[in-house]
Amino acid sequence: MSFLEIQHVTKQYSNHLALDSVSLSIERNSIYGLLGPNGAGKTTLIRIINQITAPDEGAIFLEGKPLRSNDIRRIGYLPEERGLYKKMKVGEQVLYLAQLKGLSKAEATQRLKKWFDRLDMQSWWDKKVEELSKGMQQKVQFIITVMHEPELLIFDEPFSGFDPVNADIMKREMVRLRDAGATIIFSTHNMESVEELCDTITLINRSKVVLQGNVNQIRQQFRTHIYRIVLEGTFENIVPAEYFRILDQTIINQHTSLRIETINSTANEVIASLLPHYTLLSFEEEIPSMNDIFINIVKEPIPVIES
Amino acid sequence: MSKIGLIIQREYKTRVVKRSFIIMTFLSPLLFAAIMVIPLWLSTAKDTEAKTIAVVDRTDEYAQALPSNGSYQFEIAKEPNQDIGKSKLSSDYYAILLISGDLMKDSSAVTLYSQKQVSIDLKSYIADHLSKYVENKKLVATHIPNIRQIIKESQTPINVTTIKLDQHGNAIVTSSDVATFIAALATFLIYLFIFMYGAQVMRGVVEEKTNRIVEIIISSVNPFEMMMGKIIGIALVGLTQFLLWVLLTVIISNVAGIAMFGSSITHLQQSAQMSTMQDHNATHQVVLGLIQGLQGINFVEIIGFFLFYFMGGYLLYASLFAAIGSAVDNETDTQQFMLPVTIPIIFAFYAAFYSLQNPDGPLAFWCSIIPFTSPIVMMVRLPFDVPLWQKLLSVSLLIITFLSTTWLAAKIYRTGILMYGKKITWKEMWKWLRYSN
Repeated sequence: MSFLEIQHVTKQYSNHLALDSVSLSIERNSIYGLLGPNGAGKTTLIRIINQITAPDEGAIFLEGKPLRSNDIRRIGYLPEERGLYKKMKVGEQVLYLAQLKGLSKAEATQRLKKWFDRLDMQSWWDKKVEELSKGMQQKVQFIITVMHEPELLIFDEPFSGFDPVNADIMKREMVRLRDAGATIIFSTHNMESVEELCDTITLINRSKVVLQGNVNQIRQQFRTHIYRIVLEGTFENIVPAEYFRILDQTIINQHTSLRIETINSTANEVIASLLPHYTLLSFEEEIPSMNDIFINIVKEPIPVIES
Repeated sequence: MSKIGLIIQREYKTRVVKRSFIIMTFLSPLLFAAIMVIPLWLSTAKDTEAKTIAVVDRTDEYAQALPSNGSYQFEIAKEPNQDIGKSKLSSDYYAILLISGDLMKDSSAVTLYSQKQVSIDLKSYIADHLSKYVENKKLVATHIPNIRQIIKESQTPINVTTIKLDQHGNAIVTSSDVATFIAALATFLIYLFIFMYGAQVMRGVVEEKTNRIVEIIISSVNPFEMMMGKIIGIALVGLTQFLLWVLLTVIISNVAGIAMFGSSITHLQQSAQMSTMQDHNATHQVVLGLIQGLQGINFVEIIGFFLFYFMGGYLLYASLFAAIGSAVDNETDTQQFMLPVTIPIIFAFYAAFYSLQNPDGPLAFWCSIIPFTSPIVMMVRLPFDVPLWQKLLSVSLLIITFLSTTWLAAKIYRTGILMYGKKITWKEMWKWLRYSN
């Protein structure tokens, strides 16, 4: 049984359909990526899971039971547009929000100290929020999201506004939280982070799920059967052409670079056919990045619906 | 601590430590005290130099009727040969008084010349003394023995004592002056409180919405708790401020009074009142009347109702202000929705002041029953005693109304607070009201 199950969720706003029968299921203890271009409906879906808005149709199940309003306690949510009380001191503010989330003052203080130490933020405790930079505020907000140790964490665009160093820190913390038992959903445009972090993804485009599944499987599925080969010496066509087709060929410093597409053959067969004649320096499959897949799918024209 | 308690605490704490709150709290009583002390101080301060007036008396009789005092010095002068206006007298004296004929026969034979406009005080000083002198002379001319005694005994100032009857027919002495003052003060305070703190509720809600903190809080608190926490927290800030104002005004004005006059302000007010009264017996009666008047007012009832209408009126309007705050994206958009809320408040304020003159008139009656104006207008009527059924009707209507406005506001709030980037119209808000969930 999956941890969170979303079944045929539809949400209609007055003049557009934000989500059209979206279904997905998220395994416990995984990191789930919610991808899609701007305006695809990711944030609407996240808001529905958080019960900020209600779906028009469809249902959401947490551990097999319909999501109830108390379940909100089990969720930590980092909204896309972040905000804090600007005039309040950082420490006071996180303590207040922690207590609102049900932690006792002592417990909250202890946990927050730990987090502030880990993210190297001790000196911020008595600063006003308005004195912090955007990235610093985001770190504060990250702590607010996770400090009550919810089972389900939802981050809407968690890396926007971070420099690469801090983005890496956030990624590290997300993996650590997953390893500690949390289930994480995050939406992003940052495809690199998807490859690094996500076990499973759903790509939403124009309110619909257009791609869903395990990241590695998706990449396999989008294989183009193109390989890059580097050989010593020059390449002469002594290999039977039935295994592959040469797309491109360049010679640099006595080495030949080939870009080939296999024809009904496996990589092993290609290598076996080359080995008797050449010294192979490298052999690498061109697997499309999530970025390529994303752009490919999103750029596709809207399919014409037959009536 | 409960969640709503936490919210109340935060709203309260962040506001009372604000610089603007502290400045307002300490500066306003200084202003109030200044308003009370400065006119008193000015009125007791004497004119530094006495004005000299030349008296040209053709009859040689009436000049003696004008005694000099600290303010005016009368000097008898010879009539100049030339025109009075061109004579040396006009430059040497503050004014020249010409008595041109026998006042017994011609009461208008007195003229006062001056280069500057003379004060009313001087004019009446002269008129009073001369008329008293003439009156005296005429009395003597009647040759009736003991005439002055007779007249003095015949003069009877009438003092109307107002007696209010309670339901058992027992008499209670009242003072409508005291009642009016208390009514006006209570009304003004409630009006001020609703406006100042209602607007603060609205600003707070707009702040939470624009900085999106609401999306974080909403996952741990429901919108109703969030709204009520803010409303109650700010109410407590308001009560704190008023309490401090009252306390500080009393302290500052007394300290200032002691520092300036060597006696406390209350003492000073009494003595100021005394000095204006010629007849000490009358003063005594007035003071007695005031004290009896104060006793005649049921303070426990007034204070109880004051607190009730204070809170009731604030809750009614604060929830509407909160709803407005939740519906807009930024503070500048609040204007168009503010008007329908502020109009009844301002109307109530004016209605209250017209009602002061006629606390039992139809305007006062209806405005003290209708919940949108009753918190402000009823306070005007209360010191003048309102029938029980009217009080009960007004109170229960106000309770019903603030419960329903809070309920309606919560519905708008719940939808509005999470809605962004939409130009909100009245139609839209009406739609939110009808959302079942």
